[in-house]
Amino acid sequence: MKALLDLIVGDPQADRVVPPTGITARLTVFVSAVMAFLAIIALALSLSTGRVADRWADELAQAATLRLPADPELASSHLIKALEVLETTPGVASARALSDEEQQELLAPWFGDDLPLETLPIPQLVEIIAEDVSYDVEGLRARLSAEIPGAVLDDHANWRDPLLAAAGRVRLIGWFVILLIGASVAAMITLAAHASLAANAQVIRVLRLVGARDVYIARAFVRRYTLRAGLGAIAGVVLGLIVLQVLPDGGGFFAEVGFEGAGWIWPVVMPLLAAITGFFATRAAAFARLREQT
Amino acid sequence: MIELDNVSYGHNGSALFSQLSLTLAPGSFQFLTGPSGAGKTTLLRLCYADLQAQRGKVRLFGQDATTLDRDGVAMARRRIGVVHQDCQFLDHLSVAENIALPLTVADRVSEAAGNLKELLAWVGLGAQSGRLPPELSGGERQRAALARAVIMSPEVIIADEPTGNVDWEMSQRLLGLLVELNRMGKTVLIATHDLTMIRSLKSDVDARVLRLKDGQLTTAGAVL
Repeated sequence: MKALLDLIVGDPQADRVVPPTGITARLTVFVSAVMAFLAIIALALSLSTGRVADRWADELAQAATLRLPADPELASSHLIKALEVLETTPGVASARALSDEEQQELLAPWFGDDLPLETLPIPQLVEIIAEDVSYDVEGLRARLSAEIPGAVLDDHANWRDPLLAAAGRVRLIGWFVILLIGASVAAMITLAAHASLAANAQVIRVLRLVGARDVYIARAFVRRYTLRAGLGAIAGVVLGLIVLQVLPDGGGFFAEVGFEGAGWIWPVVMPLLAAITGFFATRAAAFARLREQT
Repeated sequence: MIELDNVSYGHNGSALFSQLSLTLAPGSFQFLTGPSGAGKTTLLRLCYADLQAQRGKVRLFGQDATTLDRDGVAMARRRIGVVHQDCQFLDHLSVAENIALPLTVADRVSEAAGNLKELLAWVGLGAQSGRLPPELSGGERQRAALARAVIMSPEVIIADEPTGNVDWEMSQRLLGLLVELNRMGKTVLIATHDLTMIRSLKSDVDARVLRLKDGQLTTAGAVL
């Protein structure tokens, strides 16, 4: 903690031994801000995708649809049998037959609003809502087939599994992007630190000749780049959060993009991570460079 | 204090000097003379571990220089004040800050306040303390370099052509300061090609004059 405080507060006298670097300093802050902005947007998209996918998957997992054969003569008895089976199945919270209006609404996108449902052999749909501890899908499927030949139980697994897989990949890509951004920040700071150390070769030589230890010289550079990376990241995170706030809210996915609950830890730790990256990248660059000099 | 034992050094395969031995005894005053290119500066750099001997041993305060790590070299340099030929300064710092630099890098800044004022007055730079090094004349730069070399009260002072860029009066003043330091018990080694300057100190100090020529170090006279 003391080392961290020393790093932030610094030693004004020690800081002055290395001349200000102008454009390198500004570029480091700028690049760190841009990277933090991109990281925060990528994180928000990744976390939001995960959240939306989880919610959809939960909703799909909770609900199932039973399709009864489209036989006008046996429709009522099939429905009664089906509801009896469902009511006696452990794990089924509720089951209800969809009304003609609801079925018409479901078909409307394909056949229009004026479909004469009563004149067509349309299968009856039953909506099943599961309890938290779900039912035995295969067992229920077998019982329904025995009681009502031709009944089809759709537990939405065919929809849910690809959705979960896609969401998982999007999340993975999000984290990979963040890793790349972190690596880019480290590479950029390493380059900037090397450039700064090379530009100050004469200063370093004088410092070595008057008895400065490597750790003293490195500290002056490390502190600068750590603070620049951290401050740039703060600016980038703030900008990213503003952009997330002003995203168009059309009630679709964009309305979901952002941070929620524990996810808010990321905008808070992002500048810290950038500073830590800056610290280690500069420290490694400084000691490598100093070892090359007498 | 500093001992070179059968030291060899050369550039690009050609030997600058070989099997050279030199001992800087505590409190001694020595001049190192020789023609340009003889290796005077190289020899001095070996004395403060700015170069490593290619053969032989360099001992700094009893320690083999080759066994010193980078921190060890830094700590040894705090015991050796060096006045470089080209008076290297940090141009963005004031003269006072440059002179106090050895204390700053040793985290002994608190000692600077009292010592610095006294030291600036001693080298006659009290009025120039706030100026930047590029604004100083050649003589002022040499005096600032000398002040920086002694601010840590080092045991050894090594000066490379300290009077190279100054007039006669200023060179006498600088040498007077070095003699004063020697009387205070400091070991002094000065590289110079100016024999007139050496002769001018004859009555002031017991000094050994070493001559480096053709890779050999010889004693020109035990006492001037």
